[in-house]
Amino acid sequence: MAAKKKSFEESMTRLEEIVTALERGESTLEESLSLFEEGTKLAASCSKQLDQAEQKVLKLSKGSDDTPVEQPFEENLP
Amino acid sequence: MTRSQPVYTVTQINTYIKSVLDGDPRLFGVYIRGEVSNYKKYPSGHHYFSLKDQTGVLRCVMFRSNAARLRFRLESGMKVIAYGKITTFPRDGQYQLYVNALTPDGVGELYVAFEQLKEKLYREGLFSAEHKQPIPRYPSSIALITSSAGAAVHDMIRILGARWPMATIKLLPVRVQGQGAAQELTGAVRYANRWKLADLIIIGRGGGSLEDLWAFNDEQLARAVYDSVIPLVSAVGHEPDVTMIDFVADLRAATPSNGAELAVPDQIELWQHLDQLTLRCCQSITAHLHQKKRDLTRLQQSKALTEPMYSIQERRAFLDHQQRRLIHGLQQRLSVEKTRFASFLAALDALSPLKVLGRGYAFAKNEQGEVVTSVASVELGERLSLRLADGTLGCTVMEQNLFEETEQMRRSHGCEKEII
Repeated sequence: MAAKKKSFEESMTRLEEIVTALERGESTLEESLSLFEEGTKLAASCSKQLDQAEQKVLKLSKGSDDTPVEQPFEENLP
Repeated sequence: MTRSQPVYTVTQINTYIKSVLDGDPRLFGVYIRGEVSNYKKYPSGHHYFSLKDQTGVLRCVMFRSNAARLRFRLESGMKVIAYGKITTFPRDGQYQLYVNALTPDGVGELYVAFEQLKEKLYREGLFSAEHKQPIPRYPSSIALITSSAGAAVHDMIRILGARWPMATIKLLPVRVQGQGAAQELTGAVRYANRWKLADLIIIGRGGGSLEDLWAFNDEQLARAVYDSVIPLVSAVGHEPDVTMIDFVADLRAATPSNGAELAVPDQIELWQHLDQLTLRCCQSITAHLHQKKRDLTRLQQSKALTEPMYSIQERRAFLDHQQRRLIHGLQQRLSVEKTRFASFLAALDALSPLKVLGRGYAFAKNEQGEVVTSVASVELGERLSLRLADGTLGCTVMEQNLFEETEQMRRSHGCEKEII
């Protein structure tokens, strides 16, 4: 499942390439079918990523050796 | 009350007071700080107002010619520094400040400093469009450099979460105004870059006075923003506020909320986009399959497949036709040649001497086989062979009779006749 390792941006870029290639219609039927399969998988994986996305908010502070230290950010609304 | 002191008229004392005021060089050119109140602009173009502080009021007038040089719009409530001379108009008996020049208090110097720095950084190329980086389409992490308290950070987190929950927000809390704010902002930008904390930086704060926003005009901060390899969105203040980093940032947003909107895609639009892409995938592949099916049907219905013998038959028919043409051509030629031959034969036949013999003529050959054409060339007793139509006769010459000249002529004439 190579498609799952791609970042969202890479997946979207590839998906857009695939749609363009399919619409240009210059590939063989075999190529088109495999592009179609890849495209629908990418679309599904992107949808899933969107669906499952939950905003994470971290507050960063500088550690003793300059490294960033993450902790959840709790908002104190005025 | 004694009358030992002189009595003056109002005009006299007013005139005297004017002379006292005008005689004091300190009142001739004086800077006065205060807040504008009761501001009025008259149709004449002169401006009338008062300057006040907690305990006092000073009447002011600014004539049209001086007012024309103002670089800002004067309003009641503004804190200003006025420059002018204090004198009095004897008729009114009230002294006032005749204002020559007016600058907003505090802001004037800042404004000048801002413009000077802007010019310098512009000349250095910090604002160049070629240097600006594109904002990532789908950032997976965003560094927020702002105050951890206040509405701005709250608004940004809310909008980023609603539009693009895919991105992890990394808040780098900093002071955004006051002492040390510029250093903290600069440090945070450099820190985010040093540790590659995010795909995108949003730096900003909510609205405030020019002084409140001043840290965002800092030269070192502007340089840190310029050096940032992480694309950076500036989102400072309200719409009309412009700070130095707005010119240097890769993208300038009018407000923090606007910054959050510009920085990330909207997931709702993205859902639609994904649906659209999926639909286009399906439509393309369906169209492709239909096309191939049509191609297949066309091939299946072609003569080569439906009537495989057709092309053979067609070629055979062609071959037959050619063969017929060949034979016909040959026969034609043969008959032409035959006719020609027959006519030659007829001509030959007509000329044949044998034909003449058939009519009773004969010719004689001597023993040497020469045709005899004259009586004189033959000896008496010589043997001649006489050729007739159907054979030869062996003869012996018994006598010789030579025809008379005339007779010979007549005969040759007869011969001619015979030939004709």
